[in-house]
Amino acid sequence: MSSPRVAVLGAGKVGTVLARLAVAAGRPTAIAGSGDPSALGLIVDVLAPGAVPMTAADAAGQADIVLVAVPLARLDSVPASALRGKIVIDVMNYWPPVDGVLPLWESATPSSSEIVRDVLGVDVVKSFNHMGYHELDAWTRPSGDPDRRALAVAGDDPAAVEVVAELVDAMGFDPVLLAPLSAGRVLQPGSSDIFGANLTRAELLSTLDNLGVAPAAACP
Amino acid sequence: MKLRFVRALGLFSMELGIYSFGDSGTVPTRQRLADLVAQARYADEAGLDVIALGEHHRPDFTLSAPEIVLAAISSVTDRIRLSTGVTVLSTADPVRVYQQFATLDQLSGGRAEIIAGRGAFTESFPLFGYDLRSYDLLFEEKLKLLLQIAAESPVTWQGRTRPPLENAEVTPRALQEPLPIWVGVGGTPQSAVRAGRLGAPMFVAIFTDPAPARGLVELYHRAAAGAGHDPATLRVASGGHMFVGRTSQGARDAFYPYYSEYLSLLPQFSGGMPREVYDQWIRAGLLVGSPQEVIDKIMRHRELLGISRYVGQFDVGGMPSGMIDKSLELFATEVAPVIRKETS
Ligand SMILES: NC(=O)c1ccc[n+]([C@@H]2O[C@H](COP(=O)([O-])OP(=O)(O)OC[C@H]3O[C@@H](n4cnc5c(N)ncnc54)[C@H](OP(=O)(O)O)[C@@H]3O)[C@@H](O)[C@H]2O)c1
Repeated sequence: MSSPRVAVLGAGKVGTVLARLAVAAGRPTAIAGSGDPSALGLIVDVLAPGAVPMTAADAAGQADIVLVAVPLARLDSVPASALRGKIVIDVMNYWPPVDGVLPLWESATPSSSEIVRDVLGVDVVKSFNHMGYHELDAWTRPSGDPDRRALAVAGDDPAAVEVVAELVDAMGFDPVLLAPLSAGRVLQPGSSDIFGANLTRAELLSTLDNLGVAPAAACP
Repeated sequence: MKLRFVRALGLFSMELGIYSFGDSGTVPTRQRLADLVAQARYADEAGLDVIALGEHHRPDFTLSAPEIVLAAISSVTDRIRLSTGVTVLSTADPVRVYQQFATLDQLSGGRAEIIAGRGAFTESFPLFGYDLRSYDLLFEEKLKLLLQIAAESPVTWQGRTRPPLENAEVTPRALQEPLPIWVGVGGTPQSAVRAGRLGAPMFVAIFTDPAPARGLVELYHRAAAGAGHDPATLRVASGGHMFVGRTSQGARDAFYPYYSEYLSLLPQFSGGMPREVYDQWIRAGLLVGSPQEVIDKIMRHRELLGISRYVGQFDVGGMPSGMIDKSLELFATEVAPVIRKETS
């Protein structure tokens, strides 16, 4: 199979880094901001050369994997219908001092990615959220490098989780699988020592172990 | 990253200064503000070029009205430039902001400046009744209006974020023509493009490694060139947390507990900042160390980004005022003169 097409929705701090890493991983990559793609030309040229600016609907429509990296306050402006049938990665975090107090995300019960799933009306896989954009940029390493950092990949659908894990690996990180999606709660800001810690695979596994969270086995 | 956009390097010699958010720790507000005015007075006497005061609307910071504190500072200083860092313009009225800073400019003999920004936190949105979903529109429109008011009066303006202005006189006028208005950028590429498009000077917040900000500076210069602005007029400044000690190890050890406490306001450090992360940040570029180390780190900003001004946040984490004063003294007497000499 030819390599899956990637779309990044959100061309801000983290979106431009993710697009750059996807291009470096050899994936055909589209990137979208909230508006006219022509306004993105300069930004893409400087920060993610090789990625193709598109509208959010076009970018998502032509892709196999869509990374959603917009502020949660703007989630309702994401073209949800274009996400149907795609593998959708939730890169987003809820942190009120920056996001503002958003009543939907204040509810304590579901994890933030379950709320994203319900708002978008599609299955999502949670990943790339627990490292900062400078760290994501600085810590890419080839497979097997002892310094390589790990990114958790949490989701309900093992096949989708597997596809995201492959992308995580291709972009320079060790995937650590979690199931179901709600297990991704431990990756949220302030909920454990994982958020912002830039851990290796062994460190992430042992932190999860201390939290009593068992990683999911990879698909056979 | 193409370095030709940093060719303006050398056109401006370096200005050095300090900035504060007035984070309070356990110090009562009255004392904290009195200390700040005294520190600004010292900075002025010691020859530093600028003091910038931030704007936050949270109980752990004493500065929500920097223009008032800058006015107090102006009356006890002679030369130092008086700036904000940043004015959260999205939730303010540009007409009122201009009047306040034009007044400060007149009072201080032409020393006022504004750094306009979107702000790292968003608590001013609910406080002043603005919708966070419009944060970008609010900033874009209000910045343009502020620049228009600084350039001309009377002003005729129409937009979506404020009632229209019809031939409105905005007075008093600043002493400086025009009042300097910088655009503050935290890392969002669109903000660097906007600063360049408008031809405004750009302030970039950098806490660890300055290298990733090269992309922002390149965006800034290319957007400015695309809009026809003269590259010789474009200025870039940077700033971040800073602590100067007599020795490298002494500075690191003394500053660590306060910095760890300060950064616990970030979710990743809510339980404190691990020492190994702190040491890694210092290796990457955080300005903590001996005077020579701080000199080298500021010069790295200049080499990579072409800055002509650096401001250090010099008083974080509720340090005792004696510790702040000592670090400030080393910065003013052992860091600034060397950099000025190397870059003049
Ligand atoms: N910053 C990090 O280090 C980091 C790391 C991991 C995760 N995250 C999470 O990622 C999300 C984005 O953060 P950020 O720091 O990158 O924010 P940011 O710099 O403010 O960028 C947000 C981007 O989203 C775009 N956008 C808004 N609505 C959109 C839509 N409907 N379709 C496509 N694009 C849209 C904005 O475009 P316009 O400019 O056109 O409005 C902007 O380019 C947040 O949830 C954050 O918690 C951030």
